[in-house]
Amino acid sequence: MAAVEVEKLAKRFGDFVAVDAVDFAVEQGEVFGLLGPNGAGKSTLIRMLTTLMPPTSGTARVNGFDIVRAANEVRQSIGVIPQAMTSDMDLTAQENMSIFAKLYGIPREKRLKTIAQLLKEVDLEKWADKPVKMFSGGMRRRLEIARGLVHEPKIFFLDEPTTGLDPVSRVAVWEMLSHLKQERDLTILLTTHYMDEADKLCDRIAIVDEGKLVALDSPLKLKASIPGKNILEVSFSGAPANWAETLKALPDVAEVKAVDNIFRISSHNGPKTTVALIEAARAANATVTSLSVQSTTLDDVFVHYTGHQLRDSLKAPSAAESPFIMKRF
Amino acid sequence: MHRVWAIIERDLRRFKASPVLMIISVIMPLVQLIVLGYAFGGKIKDLRVGVVDQDHGIPAIRLKEMFQAVAANAKTFDTIAYTDEATALRDLRDGKINGVLTVPPEFSRKVLAGANPRIALMEDNTDQFSASALEAVFGGMLVPYNSPAIARRTTAAATLDVVEIYPYVPYIQFLLPGVAVLAIFVSAMVGGGIIFIDDKARGLHEGYLVTPIRKFELILGFTLAGAAKAIIAGTVLITVGSLIAGIPDPLNPMRMARMFLLVVMTSMALISMMFLIMVRVSDPLVPRAIFGMLNTVLYFPSGAVYPTNSFPAWMKAIAVVDPFTYAVHGFKELVLKNTGLMAISGDLAFLFIFTVIAMGAATLLFRRTL
Repeated sequence: MAAVEVEKLAKRFGDFVAVDAVDFAVEQGEVFGLLGPNGAGKSTLIRMLTTLMPPTSGTARVNGFDIVRAANEVRQSIGVIPQAMTSDMDLTAQENMSIFAKLYGIPREKRLKTIAQLLKEVDLEKWADKPVKMFSGGMRRRLEIARGLVHEPKIFFLDEPTTGLDPVSRVAVWEMLSHLKQERDLTILLTTHYMDEADKLCDRIAIVDEGKLVALDSPLKLKASIPGKNILEVSFSGAPANWAETLKALPDVAEVKAVDNIFRISSHNGPKTTVALIEAARAANATVTSLSVQSTTLDDVFVHYTGHQLRDSLKAPSAAESPFIMKRF
Repeated sequence: MHRVWAIIERDLRRFKASPVLMIISVIMPLVQLIVLGYAFGGKIKDLRVGVVDQDHGIPAIRLKEMFQAVAANAKTFDTIAYTDEATALRDLRDGKINGVLTVPPEFSRKVLAGANPRIALMEDNTDQFSASALEAVFGGMLVPYNSPAIARRTTAAATLDVVEIYPYVPYIQFLLPGVAVLAIFVSAMVGGGIIFIDDKARGLHEGYLVTPIRKFELILGFTLAGAAKAIIAGTVLITVGSLIAGIPDPLNPMRMARMFLLVVMTSMALISMMFLIMVRVSDPLVPRAIFGMLNTVLYFPSGAVYPTNSFPAWMKAIAVVDPFTYAVHGFKELVLKNTGLMAISGDLAFLFIFTVIAMGAATLLFRRTL
């Protein structure tokens, strides 16, 4: 049985399709990433899977339980870290953990043992009796990760676990998650808009854009699936017309895309293409004004599958963000 | 100057984007105007006066006819006939009637004999406004009674003896019950309104909702926690307030126990009402914006500051369903009259039923999902 099975799951808000009939399965023990820009529908998807939002249509099973019909069984068997930092600032780390352990009905003795163990695992044992308002963002995130595991779930959902953290804290969270996964034999489903995070943490990645899954595979295979293994980004001055055609004819070039005078060249052999490109420019009396050569990254995968960069998009204000919404009153 | 304009522009642009707050800030004083305008100084009507006629003579009957004329026209009071004074006084102490007018046995004889006839008005002086209204109207009635169109042969001007059945109640004591309920209300508003919605907006509830907790468990938990805070506020206020206002024997343990019971029931009723109002709200500004309005609409029609007898029908209708009314009445009985539980059993029953209905409705309306 897959840990999470999603079938034609969809969510509409009025005319707006947030999640558009998505299918996928998360295997036991894997780290599965939903990668996409803000507003792609990742959070809506994870909220449906964690029973926070009823789907408009389609079904999903988490740990074998239907997310609508057996919502409470789903809740009992999953750990969830919502996107917002939801620790109580005035309470201590220990108290925050204890309250959630009680919400899951864990008996006292086990509760104390599990909390001590988890605080140790996320490196917060020293701060157990300090109020959370004294914690840095990274510490709070780690506390929330520990809190989400207090009832020892097998499936762990994290909605953008490192958004808003500094680079050092992000790495610390990643290490903590990898460690916890090993120790506790967890299946992890996380959303992120960081390419490096998805690349580093996930066994498989689903690229989500405008409510649809546009690609799903391991980071390696995703990178291999797009043409070329290097990406050259070049700009020229004095380049003649139909210059893109010339570039395309260079050795080992798989694909050329021109965006605002910058040419993105996918190459099977970066060094060889680079040398040929410089010679071609000299022959055409064009000057190379900038040049970079990189290995293919998930960024390139993302651009390839969605046709655009991770970019901003407008979304309707949520109730919590809007200055004054009376309709729910 | 550019910088000043920038500040002004930003503020006005925000106002344009959400004018509701501004609208509320206009509506709120209007609500105050209307509610307070009718809450104070209205003509007190429909007081209930028990009449005990121990005389049955013609002059007494003439007096009673006069009362009935007032009851039918000015409607300041209604008369209720009692055959014995003891029953009337008991009803007066239980708050069923506002005053007892006794026409003593020798009244007619004294009128005819011109021997200084007297009638007695015993009044519930815990409500000074109603008591003064009664004194004024009865005192006033004796003037035409004493000066009939045709001059009498005997000089028999009847006088009114006023008996206050409780020790003198200064306004600070009259106000204390309402203020105690207000303290509980403020605490319910902060705990059940502002903190609840702030936690919700910050996503704290999302953390609860992904656990297997049930709707009713959540609502009951929120209510009991909010009530605990309100109970502390109410208990402190009624105790300290009794000392400040000079209530006789303020620390009497039995009275304090009865007051605590009423504080608990009032807290439960007000906090569950607050959750019912806030159950679908997610904007943190809403509880702050409606705070003053709720306060005005619930507090002033309840009889906390002025007797409900003077109110127009719509305000009396609010008073009937307003938990404040029953809480204030209960505290008045306990604080000003030191009555037993029987006198406030109706208030306690209303507050209990109100709590059950409000919590039930809040649970039904509560959304387990986002």
